[in-house]
Amino acid sequence: MSHWPFVAAGLALALILFARRWRDPLPLLLLPLGSATIFVAAWQLTCELMKYELLQADGSVRIIEVFPTPWQMLVGMRQPVVDGTLLRYSIASVFRVACGFVLATLVGVPLGLWAGWSLRASQAINPLIQALRPISPIAWIPLAVLWFGVKDGAAVFLIFISAFFPIVTGALTAVRTIPLVYVRTAQNFGLAGFELFRRVVFPACMPQIITSLRLALGIAWMVIVAAEMIAVESGLGYLIMDSRNANNYDRVVGAMVSIGIIGVLLDLLMRRLERLDEVRWGFSKT
Amino acid sequence: MTSPGRHDRQLAAGRATPAANGATPRVVLSGLGKVFTRGRKSLSVLEGIDLTVQAGEFLCLLGPSGCGKSTLLNIIGGFEPPTTGSVTIDGLPVTGPDPRRVFVFQEYGVFPWASVWDNVALGLRDRPADEQRRIISHYIGLVGLQGFERTYPAELSGGMKQRVAVARALAVSPDIIFMDEPLGALDSLTRLQMRSELLRIWQEERPTVLFVTHDVDEALQLGERIVVMTARPGRIADVVDVALPHPRDLGSTEYGSAKNSLYELLGVRHSI
Repeated sequence: MSHWPFVAAGLALALILFARRWRDPLPLLLLPLGSATIFVAAWQLTCELMKYELLQADGSVRIIEVFPTPWQMLVGMRQPVVDGTLLRYSIASVFRVACGFVLATLVGVPLGLWAGWSLRASQAINPLIQALRPISPIAWIPLAVLWFGVKDGAAVFLIFISAFFPIVTGALTAVRTIPLVYVRTAQNFGLAGFELFRRVVFPACMPQIITSLRLALGIAWMVIVAAEMIAVESGLGYLIMDSRNANNYDRVVGAMVSIGIIGVLLDLLMRRLERLDEVRWGFSKT
Repeated sequence: MTSPGRHDRQLAAGRATPAANGATPRVVLSGLGKVFTRGRKSLSVLEGIDLTVQAGEFLCLLGPSGCGKSTLLNIIGGFEPPTTGSVTIDGLPVTGPDPRRVFVFQEYGVFPWASVWDNVALGLRDRPADEQRRIISHYIGLVGLQGFERTYPAELSGGMKQRVAVARALAVSPDIIFMDEPLGALDSLTRLQMRSELLRIWQEERPTVLFVTHDVDEALQLGERIVVMTARPGRIADVVDVALPHPRDLGSTEYGSAKNSLYELLGVRHSI
């Protein structure tokens, strides 16, 4: 029963080794699926190796598994999928991240652009930002709960904290690294003030800002799990903590996998921004 | 004193007393020097530059790398102040960059976030829409980029990007075009082609062109006059009149001997 992952992994490995002979685009999808299959097989193998037998007081032997297999995880996730808990918790997590992330963008991008452009502004606020930045968002949890209670507000606040610093630093650096030739061209053609900002500074910074937004969303998605373990009573982070307390490690791992999949989807969404005509120049030369 | 340029230009035109050859001085540099200081170190890059550029002239600034020719262009263009001496354009001291005096940079300065059309439109923001359309399509046509109006610079070759920069500069009908090694990043064939296009456009529009290059052939093919500069600190070694009419025969003996004398002025042996 537990041989199927290894057969699949062998096939996947063969596929990867021979893939370069094929020229059609099929391997583009098959390759990541193949490596995922190998990963699942390695996971299964780890479970087999970590299994040990425990001699119980009554003389019977009990098999102790320290880590759920892929199959056990799927079985364990059936109930939260069927009763809608998984969907509800996923939406709760994504909603909190979206709120905190949008707030951080609305505050962080203008602040970073301003600080990057004005030397005085950056002298005033940059040291403060750089001093607050190394404080882990996790360290804010006690204060967040104190201020907002065990509610959405606490999680949104923590997401704001975690996304704000990468965004503001990214926007600031973007302005600082605008090539001189663009600024000089703009000045040469008489652009000044708001028009200079709208036509040159902002578009020149867009690719770097988008990259920092992507980075910030990744961090936010990691922090939401930690935040939900303590600061609220729903969401995927709460699902992990709740399953652990129920000694249901199948569900713990299932929640982890769900977090990974949603994380990939969020990142794919952000990457779509990179294809806009106005910013494509900053991401590829083709 | 907010916008002195246009007013003065009319004045200058009104009192212009053409010299014997009919030329009007446009740019006058006198005793110009530039010293860069960083901490306690100071570096003199330009010394004692005296030069008059006539209106409508194609003038090349030729010199080795690091001789301060780009710095000189930046000073005339108003991006940097001189340490000593003065720059006047049409009789007025230069105080900053001005849309009537436009730069074409080696790195193009074409905005990658805007289409070819929007790039050329940069200097025409205050014109009525139909006039904008007319001017933009005229200059896109002049540099041979019809059909690329909606294209973004990332999809253009280096030569085409430089054409966009030239069209954008010409679109504002500037008095002076500053070119800072504009063809330096192009391959030699494209460079040759762009030179003849530049000449064609210059002969059609007759702007004053100040063209910085370190390439002897380029200076000799383009310039009416060539200002040869020495290595740091940059001084004017000589100003050479190129008496050859366009189109210039690059294989002629006159061309060859003019080239040899330029190499001599630069202090390098021509034959290898």
